Amino acid sequence: MKAHVYVWMKPSVLDPQGQTICHALNGLGHQEIASVRQGKYFEIGLSGDLTKETAQATLETLAQDVLANPVIEDYRVEIVD
Amino acid sequence: MSTLAPEAIAAHQLTLPEYDKILSLLGREPTLTELGIFSVMWSEHCSYKSSRIHLKKLPTQSKHVLQGPGENAGIIDIGDNVAIAFKIESHNHPSFIEPFQGAATGVGGILRDIFTMGARPIAVMDAIRFGRLDDARTGARNRRILQGVVSGIAHYGNCFGVPTVGGECVFEACYDGNPLVNVFALGVFKHNEIFYGKATGIGNPVIYVGAKTGRDGIHGASMASAEFTEESKQKRPNVQVGDPFMEKLLLEACLEAMKTGAIVGIQDMGAAGLTCSTCEMGSRAETGVEIDLKFVPQRESGMTPYEIMLSESQERMLLVAEKGREEEVLAVFRKWGLDAVIIGVVTDDGMLRVKNHGDVVAEISNRALADEAPLYNRPYTTPLRVAPLDGPTIRSNDLGADLKALLGSGDLSNKRWIWEQYDYQVRTNTLAGPGAEAAMVRIKDTETSIAMSLDGNGRYCALDPREGTKLIVAECCRNLSTVGALPLAATNNLNFGNPERPEIMAQLVESIEGLAEACRFFETPITGGNVSLYNETLGTPIFPTPVIGMVGTLPTGLPMPLAFQAEGRRIFLLGGLRPGGDREFGSSQYAKVILDRLWGTPPKLDMYYEKRVQSAVRELVRDGLVDSAHDLGDGGLAVALAEASFGPQGIGADIRLDSDRSQELVLFEESPSRILVSTSNPEAVRAAAAKNSVEALEIGATLKARVVIRNRTETWIDSSVGDLYSVWNNALEHLLLNPASVVNA
Amino acid sequence: MKIGVVVFPGSNCDHDAWYAMSHNLGQDVSLLWHDSPSVGGVDAVILPGGFSYGDYLRCGAIAKFSPVITAVKRFAAEGGPVLGICNGFQILVECGLLEGALIRNVGQRFVCKTVSTRVETTDSPFTHLAKQGEVLRLPVAHGEGCFIAEEPVLDRLESEDRVAIRYLENPNGSMRGIAGILNEGRNVLGMMPHPERAADPLMGNTDGLVMLTSLIDFAPNDYAAAGSSAFSKS
Repeated sequence: MKAHVYVWMKPSVLDPQGQTICHALNGLGHQEIASVRQGKYFEIGLSGDLTKETAQATLETLAQDVLANPVIEDYRVEIVD
Repeated sequence: MSTLAPEAIAAHQLTLPEYDKILSLLGREPTLTELGIFSVMWSEHCSYKSSRIHLKKLPTQSKHVLQGPGENAGIIDIGDNVAIAFKIESHNHPSFIEPFQGAATGVGGILRDIFTMGARPIAVMDAIRFGRLDDARTGARNRRILQGVVSGIAHYGNCFGVPTVGGECVFEACYDGNPLVNVFALGVFKHNEIFYGKATGIGNPVIYVGAKTGRDGIHGASMASAEFTEESKQKRPNVQVGDPFMEKLLLEACLEAMKTGAIVGIQDMGAAGLTCSTCEMGSRAETGVEIDLKFVPQRESGMTPYEIMLSESQERMLLVAEKGREEEVLAVFRKWGLDAVIIGVVTDDGMLRVKNHGDVVAEISNRALADEAPLYNRPYTTPLRVAPLDGPTIRSNDLGADLKALLGSGDLSNKRWIWEQYDYQVRTNTLAGPGAEAAMVRIKDTETSIAMSLDGNGRYCALDPREGTKLIVAECCRNLSTVGALPLAATNNLNFGNPERPEIMAQLVESIEGLAEACRFFETPITGGNVSLYNETLGTPIFPTPVIGMVGTLPTGLPMPLAFQAEGRRIFLLGGLRPGGDREFGSSQYAKVILDRLWGTPPKLDMYYEKRVQSAVRELVRDGLVDSAHDLGDGGLAVALAEASFGPQGIGADIRLDSDRSQELVLFEESPSRILVSTSNPEAVRAAAAKNSVEALEIGATLKARVVIRNRTETWIDSSVGDLYSVWNNALEHLLLNPASVVNA
Repeated sequence: MKIGVVVFPGSNCDHDAWYAMSHNLGQDVSLLWHDSPSVGGVDAVILPGGFSYGDYLRCGAIAKFSPVITAVKRFAAEGGPVLGICNGFQILVECGLLEGALIRNVGQRFVCKTVSTRVETTDSPFTHLAKQGEVLRLPVAHGEGCFIAEEPVLDRLESEDRVAIRYLENPNGSMRGIAGILNEGRNVLGMMPHPERAADPLMGNTDGLVMLTSLIDFAPNDYAAAGSSAFSKS
């Protein structure tokens, strides 16, 4: 089983990287770029006899405790086959 | 009496008498926005309401002081038309909630305090304190907090381009749920480049520059003034994210804009953000400030006036420009790609008037906010005491093993793992960096260098806040004197518990009085600082922990090394053995690391003797009459000898003592006023000591690769330098990465 | 010699390079703002260390689009010497003047220390006054200094004598201990260590001077006269 985990800054939290990248893209002439928020993407392989539900639950816990910093970041777990 | 619910008042951490004072100052009820504004300005963090009457006892003036407390940073003259600005700030609570961002924004905040005055930051130091790394219950969390704090400091300082040149890192169980992160910064400028946070000139435009305003850290200032509870962990959306790149641009743009001559006043937006900067600048200049929030650059949509006024978004500055010349200022910020917007005007009515699209949402006298916060003479009794007066009987089985255990302890180990993550060399001024006796940076284009030292000692202060604080001041001055510098001025960060508890308030009062006495004696006025109260978790206070940052000057040159330089040099203990009693041993590192105890009183300090020892070493070092100099501090004589052996050549010492006192005390007691020097000119050392009426006890000679300490016919310690070095050098990394593998001796 | 030090938003060793070249070595140094369309008639260009654009996205990834980089590329194509230090090296790699990439240190942490390096070639404008194999103690200060490239690229760098300096103590996990490399024309050097931080006796280390004086001593006319092989192995 495979899973994708996305981690990004909460909407209310400043994302200096995204902001600077946005300015750079504007500076290259792409005025249509209005905002950029950046984050992390994890591809996770799971082994063993797992149901989608248990895998989802395990990864939600891991995302909460390890992959994301819940103080400033949000996350989303997607189980893919 | 009020249409605002009592819960709303309490939620703003205002007491009912405080609320009544607001009613009488306004002559009406406050709006919610006004209530928010009062709550942050009258918070402990911004108003110093519990400490201010005692802080007045501190000496703040000398012939060197150009600016004492009350501005963004203190300023002293160092000659040649050059001045330095410096200050220390705490970011304790944010660093517990989010260690990386908490520490990073702590660095950002103090850097802005320095460059808002016109000075270019050239050095940062950090005093950081955590719970024990190897504690079974809390160790994992403490290690995570330390790693976050260190990488946060590194992230911000390195990117900004200021060297982190020194500091201290201490572990103690009392900081388990309440780490301390105190950041010191220092900047340099010419006398005619000094700027103040004053909104002068009626009709002058008020300009907002830097990052956009978001919902960051709303109520950060009042959060920093409340004890931690389980509930406060829910306040997490308050966390601010630092952007050191933005700050670097802000620095360069501000310094460049100042050169236009069109700026009349400037202040950073730190705690309490736009609120604090507007009313303080108005209050200092006795003017009014009127702004319209519709002009404030905003990162998020739908922000209320309350949120905009209380936001603590980082990397923002407020400045007042000369009317008619605003375009010169705006052009500089445009060049650096920064938002700069006129948001208001200086008025003559002394009021902070906040409009939102033309509607007045707050109208309060600047003085009421900045200068008329309630002042409390909080009741105090005798300082909280957590330790007995008398300690255990001490009988060591193996003094060599004790020495190794001390060198391998968190407090005394090499902090390389930490400071190698800091760029301590950028700007190529660092003559002596982390690990040195005192940090030293040269001031380019002058013949002068700055030496600085940052020190605290919670154990000493837990036993006696007054004497403990005096010892810290003495130690800072001694550090500077040992590298040949003359101490000139200091900044203080007072980290204490809940001042509403009389026994905690007593710690604060005694500490401030001790600080005042010592600073007066050593002629090192306090030019500014920070008070961090309510450092308690679930009712358990931290040790009273004043941290002192001391600065001094000396002629630029290669620094005096701490370590022995060659074999066969004579070793002297300037100041002599200064024997203390059993009770004075209870605050030592030996008591902490080997015995896991705390008792008694701090070491005894004779300030007159201390000053003379410092004069003697300063003369010897400046005249190059010694090869190395290292003051005795934590761990006493044996640890100082080991540290002095850790130079690149690995030169050790052959020490012969003649004492009939207990071996543990002689080796490990921490009596002040003692400096270890090595020399090929013993007569010069004796002469300098005699001239200053202090003892110069010859205790041995330098030796290749071994540290041997004998007393009469007994050998107390005989170790190879390599063994001691390897324990000391690797201990912190082991504690952090394999805490389970560390075996306590 | 006229030297241009490029300043990007976020550069923070620009002043250090300027100071070392002007105060320690008495050269005529100007600062080149990132949006300059030309390098303004200088004899050599230094891309200094720092955190251009905060090192957000990737180190050097945004700086490479600056107008001045177009000018620097032109200057390099004409044989002008270009020295990229630390963030400057990262920018040179991002903009394609040098091969490989610089990724996060293997230790995952920023590292500031002085390490031993060895001069691997004296056949360049930056090392011709050094001795082959000379050991230089040089400061490093970076979080992303681990040099990587595909094996054939590394082999070519070695066979063409384009590894200029190599770590004797590898602080970041760089492949084959590579601390600095030259371009094919040998007139562009990127290196992670900071020679400008080891150029003043007061800093307790002057090992970087030999590289900076090599650059100053290098007369651009020699290069033009000899063609692109002036610093190539015969």
